[in-house]
Amino acid sequence: MSTLGSFLHRHPRLRLAGLLSAPLLWLVVAYLGALAVLLVSAFWSVNSFTGVLTKQFTVANFRTILTEEVYRNVTLRSLWVALSVTIICVVLAVPMAFYMAKVASPRTRKWLVIAILTPLWASYLVKAYAWRILLANDGPMDSIFGGPGYGLFAVVLVLSYMWLPYMILPIYAGLERLPDSMLEASADLGARAGRTFRRIVLPVLIPSVFAGSIFTFSLSLGDYITVQIVGGKSQLIGNLVYANIGAANNLPFAAAIATVPVVIMVIYLVAVRRSGALEEL
Amino acid sequence: MTLSPFAKIALRVFMGLGLLFIYVPLMLVLINSFNGDRTFGWPPHDFTTRWWSAAWDNTGARSALLTSVKAGLGATAIALVLGTMVAFAVQRFKFFGRDTLSLLIVLPIALPGIVTGIALDSAWRSVIEPLGIGKGLFSVIVGHATFCVVTIYNNVLARLRRTGVNLEDASADLGASPGQTFRYVTFPMIRSALLAGGLLAFALSFDEIIVTTFTAGPGVTTLPIWIFNNLFRPNQAPIVNVVAAVLVVLSVVPVWLAQRVAGPEAGASRT
Repeated sequence: MSTLGSFLHRHPRLRLAGLLSAPLLWLVVAYLGALAVLLVSAFWSVNSFTGVLTKQFTVANFRTILTEEVYRNVTLRSLWVALSVTIICVVLAVPMAFYMAKVASPRTRKWLVIAILTPLWASYLVKAYAWRILLANDGPMDSIFGGPGYGLFAVVLVLSYMWLPYMILPIYAGLERLPDSMLEASADLGARAGRTFRRIVLPVLIPSVFAGSIFTFSLSLGDYITVQIVGGKSQLIGNLVYANIGAANNLPFAAAIATVPVVIMVIYLVAVRRSGALEEL
Repeated sequence: MTLSPFAKIALRVFMGLGLLFIYVPLMLVLINSFNGDRTFGWPPHDFTTRWWSAAWDNTGARSALLTSVKAGLGATAIALVLGTMVAFAVQRFKFFGRDTLSLLIVLPIALPGIVTGIALDSAWRSVIEPLGIGKGLFSVIVGHATFCVVTIYNNVLARLRRTGVNLEDASADLGASPGQTFRYVTFPMIRSALLAGGLLAFALSFDEIIVTTFTAGPGVTTLPIWIFNNLFRPNQAPIVNVVAAVLVVLSVVPVWLAQRVAGPEAGASRT
């Protein structure tokens, strides 16, 4: 053992190879390979009579997605949900994070961070289930507010609830790094609160908000479980993918639909990268 | 920027309302698990602990819990090994494609779960199943490990960046073999990072439902799958309530552990 150890010690390239072989085999060969096969299979088709997979190149799946109104509507609806969730999370998270980082005493701050962190560990399903109870007919929300019941609005509400901590934490981290002395200096130099916010706080805020939005946006875009639990009859992209694998047994078409959120996500990542958001993750 | 007293009060009120928004649904789950009324009318009229004993005796929920723990432990073990290896390679060596590799590790968690799920499912069916290994608990562990690697990687990488190589060099200069250096110097340095990352990995796996749906073999039911299957069955609602309440209570444990082991920064990010 020790001779092998010293042998490796003298040959750093071999050591590197040893360290990387298993992870690369797993992540590149297995995972990237699987993704590549999925992408390729989006160009295959399934014989609608026999249900047999035909491994022949065709763009028919993508043509259907682009031309048929159902798919365009579902894509637009999913985008609308992801965007609404992100905006609601920003509106709620900025004042909360600002209070945590700049107003609360250091002692309170520590407890507030814990209070925001803990729900992240509570199960996703349990949170969705809690809202299913809250929103049920004759449930608490119904008896107090007389609505809103299950549906697309409930989906936006519940997804905002689930991803809110993912938005608060990066914004809090960004604001905490901003020294209080800079805010004081700005005030001493005669800037009013509004101007200090625009010129000092906002430049820090923007990359953190984009960092948080990567979570809220992508997690909402791919979700289909919450939609099933509180969405009533509404459908998002994830539900279409799921339906095409399960009931319809059409993997190529499911794969083609699944590329839609991936493409949207890549465009989104490239767009927000310029703000420096990826360094804030 | 000096905030007016009014602005400070407004922010404090907003913070309080935000915390209410976060905690009221979780509290509701706890209260509902004691709701004596079988139809769960609101507000609850009488309270009982009989659902708790009924849930304890429910074999389905118990075996699902056991399956989840097995899957979580398996995935965490694999992720610990792979994540540590990549972190060492990225931190201690320069090589072609290093930046791409760190992006690749984040990919399984950045892409929607359903994409990872169907990709692994079709790969398993077309490559591994012909070898005679059908989908089962093992395929769940493989699926979970794929997105758990990132949590270990992030934690260990951050630790290695902070500690540097001076202590290891000193150990080697003093005549320790590479094995001894790892055992007495390197491992103690990264131990708490491994624990924090492992905790996160286990929690991610324990909570996962989408990738699990696609990688689980017939008859393999993890706790989230069990909850989801019973969510729409009214006669199972009392048991689901209790299981949900238990999971809410348990979510305090990792935060408490992370605070004790690795200081307040640990567990600050779930990715």
